[in-house]
Amino acid sequence: MSVASHDALPADRFDVAAVRAQFPVLADDGPGRTLTYLDSAATAQKPQAVIDALEDFYTREYASVHRGVYALSVRSTQRFEAVREKVCRLLHTSDPREVVFTRGTTEAINLVATSWGGQNVSAGDEIVVTQLEHHSNIVPWQLLCERTGARLRVAPIGLDGCVEVDAFEALLGPRTKLVALAHVSNALGTRLPVAALCQLARSRGITSLVDGAQAVPHGSVDVLAIGCDFYAFSAHKVFGPTGTGVLWGRRDLLDAMPPYQGGGSMIRSVSFEGTTYADAPQRFEAGTPDVAGVIGMGAALDWLEEIDREAAAAFECELLRYASEALEAIPGLHIFGSDPEKVGVLSFSLDCAHPHDIATILDREGVAIRAGHHCAQPLMEFYGVPAMARASLALYSDRSDIDALVSALETTREIFS
Amino acid sequence: MDDLRDLYQSTILDHNKSPRNFGVPADSNRDAEGYNPLCGDELHVYLRVDAAGRIDDIGFEGSGCAISRASASLMTEYVKNQSREEVDRVFDAFHDLVTKAPKEGATPESLGKLAVFSGVREFPMRVKCATLAWHTLRAALDQTDQTAVTE
Repeated sequence: MSVASHDALPADRFDVAAVRAQFPVLADDGPGRTLTYLDSAATAQKPQAVIDALEDFYTREYASVHRGVYALSVRSTQRFEAVREKVCRLLHTSDPREVVFTRGTTEAINLVATSWGGQNVSAGDEIVVTQLEHHSNIVPWQLLCERTGARLRVAPIGLDGCVEVDAFEALLGPRTKLVALAHVSNALGTRLPVAALCQLARSRGITSLVDGAQAVPHGSVDVLAIGCDFYAFSAHKVFGPTGTGVLWGRRDLLDAMPPYQGGGSMIRSVSFEGTTYADAPQRFEAGTPDVAGVIGMGAALDWLEEIDREAAAAFECELLRYASEALEAIPGLHIFGSDPEKVGVLSFSLDCAHPHDIATILDREGVAIRAGHHCAQPLMEFYGVPAMARASLALYSDRSDIDALVSALETTREIFS
Repeated sequence: MDDLRDLYQSTILDHNKSPRNFGVPADSNRDAEGYNPLCGDELHVYLRVDAAGRIDDIGFEGSGCAISRASASLMTEYVKNQSREEVDRVFDAFHDLVTKAPKEGATPESLGKLAVFSGVREFPMRVKCATLAWHTLRAALDQTDQTAVTE
């Protein structure tokens, strides 16, 4: 990282080439073999530091956690537990007992829906989500509603892809038990005003959950300032391994919740007459966890701590503006979502070609984007389209990626003209 | 670029832009819906099947990518006046065409215009786009109430 001079704009402080060089998959392997990776909203590529940490852990330190009394297991356990503290630093909070390791955002939300929902939601109650949620923040609540007879209510968005705060507030009533909100929309990049929305919920005694999967990679997150009760994210979207993630929950809530799954690790004592459960977070971590995955997540968070996040966000904002202007100049191209605060996600359609045809042609030009419903079918329905093409940015994205995208889109137009 | 031109041959682009037999044929007596959950391609195939079980007329509606739309359009031209047995045979040959490299001595030309889809086999993620119409046609012939899927 370059050292910042005091008068430099934050974006200029960010050395994207130095960051990019740490991602082996993005290395320039010669003509025709360079990857233009614009699908980071689906999953982020991994820096060498994370790859090394996984190899090192399996090579030297691997053992089960919370089990053995031998030195290797003790070390493994210490490294595993230390990741809870790294997560606390990431989320600007302090109590590692509030950090539950899960398989990812999806399992975190299912955990809350099953455990907290089963205990606190009953027939006639209401759960509020927004129109732009990912399926993982819709379906667990629908399942809960089916089990309990509760009702799912949907806060509308405008054509700009932003949640209408007044309409959201109007949905909150005496039967509302929980609001479940994306921090950032995976399909549009919209940054929701989660602090204001959670405050509206909290002032009425309503519990709130924020799906942070798309927010954590794009900037600093402060769960206490947001004022939510639960916050979920996945390691693989923040440059860590797949298969692991976090549910952060307020301790009084976690302590009062029943177990999610039964098994080893989550118990205090077991007998056939009755079993007592461990305290949070172990109560929610049945079975042998993804130890290496959590260690890898820790390495990713360490790596992220070395990044000047403010400068990175400013750089991304400029890159997004550059990309938006370049795409808008393409005839017949339409961008979905225009939140001025949006993160580096560009979903678009092209009049002459279906998103899947676009993605196939872009792929042959070495450009990886996502095409489809983005696990947000209600949002596709809102815009009246079956699918969108989506280019999404991460810390390693630069103007060369956008230029390759634009050039490949020109090829698409050529083929379909 | 070459394999892209193989995939998006002019016949496919033409049928995408101006699909044949688009709409519901008069007196259609069988139909089925097809859905590709990965892509969101939606297709509705309508048939008029005569007393002998032949496809007397066929049409389709729906939205999808160029491959799925052109495949549906070319299929409707190809299977008119065919029996269930003939459709099954073409289905299998078409499936082989878009998934497997041609065998020694095989004659893919036997599929006529459908041979333009041979480029699909280089794009495994697009096979379902090309076969959706065919799965839906078979569902319509069976007249099941189930939405056809390409699984």
